[in-house]
Amino acid sequence: MDYIYGVMAVICIEIVATVGLSVFTGFTGLFSLGHAAFMAIGAYTSAILTYFYHVPFVLALLLGMVMAGLVSLILGFPTLRAKLRGDYFAIATLGFGEAVRVILENLSITQGARGLPGIKHFTTLPVAFIFAVLVVWLTKNFIWSKFGRNAIAVREDSVAAEMAGIDLFKVRMLSLVYSAMCGGLAGGLFAHYLNFIQPVMFTSILSTQLTSAVVAGGMGSITGPVLAIALFIAVPEVLRVANMWRLVAYGLILVLIMVFRPSGIMGYHELSFEWISKIFKKNTRNKAGGKGI
Amino acid sequence: MFLQTLVTGLSIGGIYALMAVGYSLVFSILNFSNFAHGTIIMLGAYIGYFIISSFNLSFPLSLIGAVLGAALLALLNVELAYSPLINRRSPSLYLMITAMGVSIFLENMVYVTLGSHFYAFPEIFKQSNLKFFGSDISPLDLSALVFSLVSIYALHLFLIKTKLGTAIRAASYDMTTASLNGVNMTRLIGIVFLLAGAFGGLAGVFLGIKYMVYPTMGWITNKAYIAAVIGGLGSLPGAVIGGLILGLLETFVSVYISSTIRDVFSFSMVIIFLVILPAGLMGRHLEEKV
Repeated sequence: MDYIYGVMAVICIEIVATVGLSVFTGFTGLFSLGHAAFMAIGAYTSAILTYFYHVPFVLALLLGMVMAGLVSLILGFPTLRAKLRGDYFAIATLGFGEAVRVILENLSITQGARGLPGIKHFTTLPVAFIFAVLVVWLTKNFIWSKFGRNAIAVREDSVAAEMAGIDLFKVRMLSLVYSAMCGGLAGGLFAHYLNFIQPVMFTSILSTQLTSAVVAGGMGSITGPVLAIALFIAVPEVLRVANMWRLVAYGLILVLIMVFRPSGIMGYHELSFEWISKIFKKNTRNKAGGKGI
Repeated sequence: MFLQTLVTGLSIGGIYALMAVGYSLVFSILNFSNFAHGTIIMLGAYIGYFIISSFNLSFPLSLIGAVLGAALLALLNVELAYSPLINRRSPSLYLMITAMGVSIFLENMVYVTLGSHFYAFPEIFKQSNLKFFGSDISPLDLSALVFSLVSIYALHLFLIKTKLGTAIRAASYDMTTASLNGVNMTRLIGIVFLLAGAFGGLAGVFLGIKYMVYPTMGWITNKAYIAAVIGGLGSLPGAVIGGLILGLLETFVSVYISSTIRDVFSFSMVIIFLVILPAGLMGRHLEEKV
């Protein structure tokens, strides 16, 4: 029972980070290979605060989020201002992720590569679940706001969006900061769930996992990435496969999704009762001889 | 000391240039960053290593085997993973994600099947250093530099002098016009990937001799990508110059400042470069297409 409980808590924590990234990659259309760094920043900031300074848990989480957001400004300001091409930006985030890890390994307050043991256990399953629901709800509102509509316009056609008067830099920056803050929150929850953090936990493997989940779930859907990350964590646990096979599968999934269904599992749809009933209706219409889509 | 650092830097730069050529060739035609190239280089190194150690063949044969093997793998890569997307005219972001997927898949496939051992090439170049103006210069560094410059020059001649090379250059300017003039695009893309793979195999063998062969050695190719960006993606002379500059700067930073900040230095350099000179030193400035 403890085991299932643990897996579910990890899923809830990763949902927070994935949904945040889906705003950036899925809705704004920028590819990141370094979002694990924001999780690391959030994790270390909040863990140091609760461990050394005995700051209350929720406040520490908030400060971790703020820290991740501030660091994302440092990354975003030069790169987004220069309107880098998607792949240039991706390599910049890759470098950023590495730089953050190297710095964490060499600072004295983070205790370097040995890691930070003995963090208090605050993240229980209900706590993680509440945060996951909260972030999904916030993100949904975020996407349905004027900002979210602008972000989608930027993803679909940045030139046309700019012509229509959307400030590309502002939209991209805002979604980067939002995704970084979600990453920071997930990191903070993660640190207080595992009670131990180490820079090695936040390598590009984690970034890959997050990005794969967003792409596989559907770039333009919130529930799709949620579903994808849950599967990505749960399926290997059920099958008990080694960590490396998991990565082989991520790579293969990315390629297969791009070749056969670039819009991801959910496409632009959201998983809702309405949508499911609509599919069933469509199927019955198909059987009646109508032309399906 | 200075001269020694200079030669080491140049030889690393030469290997970076060999790898950067592969990125640039593909980018000039398809306008996307082929992140799977690093994995092809890694596989080339493995092929070279197994030919020389398992079959006891000579070094030139292993080099040829690595070049052919990597070229074929690159062709397979484009046929299986990229061509459905190219035919569908997908955005380059999708191609890039596919390339990432291919690289994650192959790299971890090697991890799972061959393990994370570090394989060292048998001694090919004599360990004894050449004395040159009072500083030690290793024959490996020197031959890596010479080999990469000669092969890149050969590629340059191929692109300038032959009909096929002209077709590649034409396609890099405007694919539609080139195909209207009778260039078979599917074949051309295949040939470009064959060439990129061949250079990747060559780079892989030298990289393997210098730093040993292991699954994540493709990580070094991120540096080559940086070199290609510095020189201007899509430009051949740019790849060479970018590679040499990056190799030199890195070696000098790790010798005279600190080797731990070397990678941070390269990555921050690419950000600075992209902000100031987005097209690189020699690249054309690519306008966003409306």
